[in-house]
Amino acid sequence: MTHTLQVEGLSTHFDTRAGLVKAVDNVSFHIDRGEVLGLVGESGSGKSVTGFSLLGLVDSPGRIAAGRILFQGGNLVGLPEPELRALRGNRIAMIFQDPMMTLNPVLRIDTQMMETVHAHANVSAAEARTRARDALGQVGIPSPDERLHAYPHQFSGGMRQRVAIAIALLHRPDLIIADEPTTALDVTIQAQILAEVQKLARDNGTALMWITHDLSVVAGLADRIAVMYAGRIVETGSVTAVLDRPMHPYTAGLIGSVPSRNRRGTRLRQIPGMTPSLIDLPEGCAFRTRCPRADAACARDPQDSHPTADRTLRCFHPHLDFEA
Amino acid sequence: MTSWLLRRLIQALFVVLAMTVIVFLGVNVIGNPVDILISPQADQAERARAIIALGLDRPIWEQYGTFLWSAMQGDLGKSFVFNEPALRLIASRMPATLELAVTAVLLSIVLGIPLGLYAGLRPQSLGGRLIMAGSIFGFSLPTFWVGLMLIMVFAVQLGWLPSTGRGQTETLFGVPWSFLTRDGLAHMVMPATNLALGNIALVLRLTRAGVRETLPMDYIKFARAKGLGPARVLFVHVMKNILIPIVTVIGLEFGSIIAFAVVTESVFAWPGMGKLIIDSINVLDRPVIVAYLMMIVFLFIFINLIVDLLYTVLDPRVRLDSRE
Ligand SMILES: Nc1ncnc2c1ncn2[C@@H]1O[C@H](COP(=O)(O)OP(=O)(O)OP(=O)(O)O)[C@@H](O)[C@H]1O
Ligand code: SF4
Ligand SMILES: [Mg+2]
Repeated sequence: MTHTLQVEGLSTHFDTRAGLVKAVDNVSFHIDRGEVLGLVGESGSGKSVTGFSLLGLVDSPGRIAAGRILFQGGNLVGLPEPELRALRGNRIAMIFQDPMMTLNPVLRIDTQMMETVHAHANVSAAEARTRARDALGQVGIPSPDERLHAYPHQFSGGMRQRVAIAIALLHRPDLIIADEPTTALDVTIQAQILAEVQKLARDNGTALMWITHDLSVVAGLADRIAVMYAGRIVETGSVTAVLDRPMHPYTAGLIGSVPSRNRRGTRLRQIPGMTPSLIDLPEGCAFRTRCPRADAACARDPQDSHPTADRTLRCFHPHLDFEA
Repeated sequence: MTSWLLRRLIQALFVVLAMTVIVFLGVNVIGNPVDILISPQADQAERARAIIALGLDRPIWEQYGTFLWSAMQGDLGKSFVFNEPALRLIASRMPATLELAVTAVLLSIVLGIPLGLYAGLRPQSLGGRLIMAGSIFGFSLPTFWVGLMLIMVFAVQLGWLPSTGRGQTETLFGVPWSFLTRDGLAHMVMPATNLALGNIALVLRLTRAGVRETLPMDYIKFARAKGLGPARVLFVHVMKNILIPIVTVIGLEFGSIIAFAVVTESVFAWPGMGKLIIDSINVLDRPVIVAYLMMIVFLFIFINLIVDLLYTVLDPRVRLDSRE
């Protein structure tokens, strides 16, 4: 069976004045129909750039330098703009990080929704409006008929994000890229939206890529996890496997820094040091300068290994020694 | 809405009142019209009669009282020179100025906005750089100098365009207009261009700045992620946002264009209000000067009102009722 999305060796580089920024560097992962992949990593690790690469929306001076993005078997890299445009918002939809900034402040909600319908479906204005209203209802916006006439500033942050999600759902996409859509919202609304999106994705068989820096979000939502560090994916696997038995020292450090109930009273361990600048990354493993297990071998680039069938790992000295 | 309009009208009333005082006093300080209007050979009796006839013998505050009283009845005095009501004199010259000003504004819109869009979308291109460099000339070259150059090149050297007067006019609604005849249009080309030059540069720069500012916004990227085409993104999502400052500035500039048509009208002997005011200042024709200045005040207030109204149409975040 072909994966809904299969990314192979994707590299997205920014050619800046200060130097070449390898924001995404030789990244591979896949997502199946109805599956939720959590893409986790610190700020600046390249999560958003990965998401934008999938849609062909990398801002200049960025460009996809290498790799393949197979969407339902077809490669999106190098696809002509009109063909990419036909997929965007239609088969692949994206929800952005900051709901306060995603909707155009001077256009009414109905305009912004109906134009999305019309971009991919040749239907009457009345039909487009009906679809827009139904989508608003679907994401739990009360009295959607009236709300269609409102402007973004008349909505709260949580409601705006629901509108953005409704827009993403308009064409029942096969893949939704959700770029930290709940980070800017308060916790209760965050939980509601998480639950709703998960349900919608399950019901429609949508593949969902959920980008976040928050491990606890992923724990309750995702089927599988990909951990990203300095533009590279260092570990992937099922949520339970990765969270219970992190093998990569960075993943282990991340998990150690999350407060949790059963470790109450023990000190939270911080990963020492800072996220490196992507411009002059150290040779070899990018985590080398902060890694407690680093040694001379790590000065070379670690390659992907598969400790178990459904896991990938990029490390010379992983934690393989778990005392069950 | 109505309460806002009422408040604005009351404010306007005070502005007009203050202006009448300033204008009236200002005009009484520049010189003594008696010396200019009455021939030096006139004897004492003749002088005295003329002074009384013109009401110049009474104290200034009384002259002002009379002026205000008649002004409220729409009578701003008779021109010393033409012996005609000053207001009617101004009104008869207004169409010439208006058609010149409107043409200049149209020119700055149809040239400034596309050039600005281009320079904003392709800031690094040769075209974009040339446009920006050219706009500096539009700003910094003095109007009269450009006017004289235009005349020298296109009227004197090449003989392509007429350089003085309105040319042949055609009457519409009882008013003669130049733009209705070929000859009149030919006469308008140079003065209108001259008048528009600074504004083209202004609109162009505003448009470019707006595009540069709007393009990196999340909502533009989101619009693209919805699968919208470049035309829809530019002409709806970008334009609707940048039109707000552009409309404001064009509106306000329209007032300045009318007020400062003085230079262009003098250079091209265009028989509009500007030329009239210069002639009137030369002979200290006080009623005409006062009437002209009052007319300009009214015009500015009126234009500001229209701009404010337009603003609320364009920007849904501005609500008239809640504004002070
Ligand atoms: N337009 C750009 N020009 C130059 N470099 C860029 C540009 N956009 C992104 N980058 C680089 O790509 C890196 C990854 O950025 P990205 O936005 O993907 O991070 P992120 O993982 O989404 O972080 P966050 O959690 O803060 O959203 C950044 O560190 C930055 O150096
Ligand atoms: S490769 Fe070496 S430096 Fe990198 S994470 Fe593994 S042990 Fe640490
Ligand atoms: Mg991001």
